[in-house]
Amino acid sequence: MWQRLIALVKKELLVILRDPKSRALLIGPPLMQLILFSYAATLDVTNVDIAVLNRDSGRWSNEFIFRVQGAPAFHSILPLRDVAGIRDAIDTHKVIAAVHFGPDFSRNLEAGLPADIQIILDGRRSNAAQIVNGYLDQIASSVNAEVAGRLNARAPVDAVIERFWFNPSLEFVWFTVPNLVGSIALLIALTVTGQSVARERELGTHEQLMVSPLRVHEILIGKTIPPLLVGMFHSTLFVLAAVYLFGVPLRGSLLLLYVSLFIYLVAIVGVGLFISSLAQTQQQAFLGVFLFAAPAILLSGFATPIDNMPDWLQTFTMINPLRHFLVIIKGVFLAAMPAGELLSHAIPLMVIATITLAGAAIFFRRRIG
Amino acid sequence: MADALAARRLFALMRKESVQIVRDPSSILIAVVLPLILLFLFGYGISLDATRVKIGLAIENNSAPANALASAFRISSYFEATAAFDRRELEAELIAGRLKGIVVIPENFGEAFARAPETAQIQVIADGSNPNTARFVANYARGVWANWQAQNRAEVGGPEPLIRTESRMWFNPELKSRYFLVPGSIAIVMTLIGTLLTALVVAREWERGTMEAMMATPVGAIQLLIGKLVPYYVLAMASMSVCTAIAVFVFEVPFRGSIPALFLIATAFLFPALGQGLLISAVTKNQFVASQAALLSGFLPAMLLSGFIFEIASMPKFIQYLTYIVPARYLIPCLQSVFLAGDIWPLFLSNMGVLVIIGSVMFVIAARNTKKRLD
Repeated sequence: MWQRLIALVKKELLVILRDPKSRALLIGPPLMQLILFSYAATLDVTNVDIAVLNRDSGRWSNEFIFRVQGAPAFHSILPLRDVAGIRDAIDTHKVIAAVHFGPDFSRNLEAGLPADIQIILDGRRSNAAQIVNGYLDQIASSVNAEVAGRLNARAPVDAVIERFWFNPSLEFVWFTVPNLVGSIALLIALTVTGQSVARERELGTHEQLMVSPLRVHEILIGKTIPPLLVGMFHSTLFVLAAVYLFGVPLRGSLLLLYVSLFIYLVAIVGVGLFISSLAQTQQQAFLGVFLFAAPAILLSGFATPIDNMPDWLQTFTMINPLRHFLVIIKGVFLAAMPAGELLSHAIPLMVIATITLAGAAIFFRRRIG
Repeated sequence: MADALAARRLFALMRKESVQIVRDPSSILIAVVLPLILLFLFGYGISLDATRVKIGLAIENNSAPANALASAFRISSYFEATAAFDRRELEAELIAGRLKGIVVIPENFGEAFARAPETAQIQVIADGSNPNTARFVANYARGVWANWQAQNRAEVGGPEPLIRTESRMWFNPELKSRYFLVPGSIAIVMTLIGTLLTALVVAREWERGTMEAMMATPVGAIQLLIGKLVPYYVLAMASMSVCTAIAVFVFEVPFRGSIPALFLIATAFLFPALGQGLLISAVTKNQFVASQAALLSGFLPAMLLSGFIFEIASMPKFIQYLTYIVPARYLIPCLQSVFLAGDIWPLFLSNMGVLVIIGSVMFVIAARNTKKRLD
């Protein structure tokens, strides 16, 4: 039995790796995705342009503008002449926000009277705009403190002390990279597995395999091992890149990460085989993979937090292997999650793996009859 | 006479393509099922609005102001607070990821408040493993604290800030992320149909050799391309219309622009999108490679490099340059505007101009690659 199995695994690996085109497709794009998207997928807001309409000629509006120029969040300032300019600058996407100082801004402040700054934000990008608003508020309160100091008045102090655990300076790549490791591993393992049965069926070699001395479970094991190896290989590469290229701290147990990675990949290969057994052609297999992968990635907690979803959808995400794996990988990388906690997220993965593999076996067998 | 014949040929070609689309289950899947799934995922599943974030509330001080601040956090609609008397009880929950933050009202809070209310410090610990949520937790906590301070000032007096900022969020005052995500997802759907479906179908023709068969007929190369593309154009526009209707009637996204503007923008976008699909199929001539190429060069950039969710200005420079050739980058601001802001022609026209240029380049390259095979 072992001999047969090894021969089959060898054959499957050859199918994946023999053709230079598909070999290149297996190695190049995933690495490119990891690097490109690690830098691109950021909800950070830096380097944005804002517009300023300054009808005040005093020093305090200039002080404010000066501090905006010094902040890394802002790239350049577009000076405006009149209120109509605000509409034009925001409407045409030139700036994300406009700041408006009235004519008596500095005069009021010097006299110890309150003075308003009007901030207009582009709600078509409300997430980024809210963050920009936060930055501008901070600058306003720092200018305020200086005005108060000058007038020898008490200024409201900022008595809220912020601490960010696991990621003290809120580096966005620390969030993106572990998420991408899970998502890209999903795509690779699914693509490789999804094609395997469908290709044989399309080429007619499926029947040949069936009449060989191999038993059905042997064929399934033989088809499971190569994508597992490919997935493990890529994940290792990604983990190395995460630590050495992106500087993401690896604080938890590497062993636990690999154990859960293995279970996770088995679950995905199960899904892939299931899709592949259903598909008649490679094109259908590809679409099936896409139909599974797109929701899996969107509903994994990567794009946006699971907690923001409606309750019924949160319950639905429990069947998503990526959702559980992302908790584990982020737990191992950033939070050094205790083993018991990790295990509680590995159990759903085991359940999913068992169900998908069993499902694949049933469909695979039924197709023979 | 020749014109009439050419028109008839073109018509026949388009009919053949249309029949092919309707009969092929994968076309229906890409053009009907996938768009609906994606639209519902973006409408319900994807939300950047952190509402009722789960936080811990460590009340380590038993004084009247500490309890008053604690109840301000409890009744806040931003948070769902779990209270404890010791922060250590909550820290384990933060590590496990079940809480996104902890607000600590420290032991000396009451004393400090008695001395000068505005100096009484609180601590906000947020889970930095998701920086966006962490920032919102910190900002919302600051907001709850500032409101509470303002209430105290009204009662007992204290320093008022001299500089007051007054913010207005145009187009989307309720700050619903759905309002910009749903229009953006229409761009993703159109990329799927324009690029992925076209690439797959035409690559299949190359693979099966029916493309050569078509070329052996009196139909000219240009006619062949038009005959292929018009049905997909119609399909993409139909899908876009259905998605728009769902966006407006199901997800209640406002539509402040005009329908002709929407159709014009969409048409301008389909030019490069279809061109890209055609180019991919002409270069790869293989279904599997075409599907992967369409995914990598069409779908993923439209998701990630288009400003759909991630702000382009915040990306590193070399990626910013790359986004200039992503057609969806030009479509998404127009779609978001036509829904939320209205017809902003200066923006539409300049973006449509770029789309037409990118589209022309792609068509020229695709046409060259198609001709080569004829020799």
